[in-house]
Amino acid sequence: MISLEKRPQPSRLWTAITPIFAVVLTMVVGGLMFALLGVDPIEAVRTIFWDPLFHPQFAGFSRPQLLVKAGPLILIAIGLSIGFRAGIWNIGAEGQYIMGAICGAAAGLAFYPSESILIFPLMILCGALGGFLWAMIPAVLKTRFGTNEILVSLMLVYVAQNILISVSTGLLRNPEGMGFPGSRNFKQWDATHNAEIIAGTGMHWGVVTAFIAVIAAYVLMARHIQGFNIRLSGEAPRAARFAGVNPARIILLCLGISGVLAGMAGLFEVTGPAGQITGNFNAGYGFTAIIVAFLGRLNPFGILLAGLLMALTYIGGELAQLMLSLPGASIQLFQGMLLFFLLATDVFTNYRIRFGKREAA
Amino acid sequence: MLRRTLLASAAVAFGLGGAAFAEEELTAGFIYIGPPGDGGWTYEHDQARQKMEAHFDGRVKTVYQENVPESADAERAITQMALTGADIIFTTSFGYMDPTLAVAEKFPNVKFEHATGYKRADNVTTYSARFYEGRAIQGHIAGKMTKTNKIGYIASIPIPEVIRGINSAYLHAKKVNPDVEFSIIWLYTWFDPAKEADAARALIENGADVVLQHTDSTAPQAAAQEAGGVITFGQASDMGEYAPMPRVSSIIDNWAPYYIERVQAVLDGTWESKDTWDGISTGMVGIGEITDAVPADVKAEALAMKDAIAAGEYHPFTGPINKQDGSVWLAEGEVASDGDLAGLNFYVEGITAEVPN
Repeated sequence: MISLEKRPQPSRLWTAITPIFAVVLTMVVGGLMFALLGVDPIEAVRTIFWDPLFHPQFAGFSRPQLLVKAGPLILIAIGLSIGFRAGIWNIGAEGQYIMGAICGAAAGLAFYPSESILIFPLMILCGALGGFLWAMIPAVLKTRFGTNEILVSLMLVYVAQNILISVSTGLLRNPEGMGFPGSRNFKQWDATHNAEIIAGTGMHWGVVTAFIAVIAAYVLMARHIQGFNIRLSGEAPRAARFAGVNPARIILLCLGISGVLAGMAGLFEVTGPAGQITGNFNAGYGFTAIIVAFLGRLNPFGILLAGLLMALTYIGGELAQLMLSLPGASIQLFQGMLLFFLLATDVFTNYRIRFGKREAA
Repeated sequence: MLRRTLLASAAVAFGLGGAAFAEEELTAGFIYIGPPGDGGWTYEHDQARQKMEAHFDGRVKTVYQENVPESADAERAITQMALTGADIIFTTSFGYMDPTLAVAEKFPNVKFEHATGYKRADNVTTYSARFYEGRAIQGHIAGKMTKTNKIGYIASIPIPEVIRGINSAYLHAKKVNPDVEFSIIWLYTWFDPAKEADAARALIENGADVVLQHTDSTAPQAAAQEAGGVITFGQASDMGEYAPMPRVSSIIDNWAPYYIERVQAVLDGTWESKDTWDGISTGMVGIGEITDAVPADVKAEALAMKDAIAAGEYHPFTGPINKQDGSVWLAEGEVASDGDLAGLNFYVEGITAEVPN
């Protein structure tokens, strides 16, 4: 008889090793799936996890791409994790990401074709503001009317997507684009181009901001009184109230921070890797970031690693499709397995396995 | 023992020699917006890829990547393809336009072919098909066959190609049935079976008994089959599994001859940047079999129109045609120029909806 027994305290050891355990399990089961598809499993796993980093022919390109892909994921996930710690579930980062991109891009495009160095900072500011205001909708509704922020923030994603379609075919459409949807391309406009800071490294301003956000979030959560208040509100809401923590302020603060970060991520993406506002420039980063936040255990440095790991499976997965002709769906399955195993092994953090007969209570 | 080893190594050497002889001279890469199993747009590109590979019989290797979003991911996917040794890369969706150009700049020795776009460079060619020719035939059949006079149209992304198709279908439906009305639903995506099916159902519920689609999957066909009494047309691919009803005909994109021609040009060293826009006359646009669900006289008229277009005797955009606002676009007998068609961003007179703006 095998039974689960609740640990008095979550195991610190298991918290640390479950992600590694999950990755190994994913490799094994995923490898089995690749073998069934007729591909050498070791080669497949190597293509996904090793080649993007160390392949002599194309690692020079894919390594910087890891940062490009991980940057927005980390930036958004950091914001989300702060709210999640407080028990505030912002599921709509994708919408804040889109609105940040739209507001920031619009602010820049209003000054086309100026080459002033002030434009890009202004765009970042407006991007942050766009995300912030979009996040304030669920925040204010929650504090004022007690609405559920999960539903409101999620629904606002669809609103944001429709606004995105509207502006890419209307307000922000490139007047020289022959009637095709999509804004001007920021890559062809130096003053607004979020280019690599050092060519060939993948380091653009969004990645730098993501790293700063990781450190700032660590300081906030571990060293600052507000971080303590946030954690307390999540872990013991009643105690927090007795300690004089204003729940409405925590809600506004947490949703505000995640909105600002998601909005900035959107702006950096649209002026950098994506290049222009189009109806589908957003590639679901806001949703993937939720996975990254949990994969990283809501810990800033964990999120940094989780974001990089997630980016690795994306880029390695693409390479595996290309080099080994694996179907795209099998790569998605592989990524799904990673999350599944992570959640499944998570049980060992809070429970321990007991072998033998359970004693009568 | 020794002799055996020697024989074996000779065999290995021979085998290797054989392999070297059979080695591909060229790698052709393809970037797909959906999965090859979509049954429509990507399916046909993938079929053409396979036919091209078979045609060159071992001289050409092909690689592809499916489900590549039209976002920053596209640029990375194309770059990786170029880095891993592709000599010519076909990017098969409109939204890959700027990414294709950006990558092409970094790889001057790789040839790029972008489907349905309008930006070219020394190593970037564009190609597309005159789908509107097929739309004219669809419009004719649709106008003749509708009983409710309501025709539903599932539109994808508001680019000139899609607007051309709507105009062409509408003009030819209207010509044979002045009472016809078009309801147009924009999905803002090329491939999303769930949304496509929802759109088809909504149109049918609102009384449409003909559903035209400019999206990539067979989901609208399935929805029409379920509803019964509705006719559809295969889009991009024959979608023959839904014949004879609801699918009564189709527009088939036949890319294989083009892919063979272009890859041959790379092999010959004669490849150069150009713009190709072919239609029924060269076979790039095919009209799938018109089933018996269509009355014989309508079928004969449709085939006659196809022949006239193929022979260059009839252009689907021949005046008099007014713009939606009533102003004159094409005077009596005037034929639309390719330049006009390439940037077409308005509806013709009679369509009540508005182009998304």
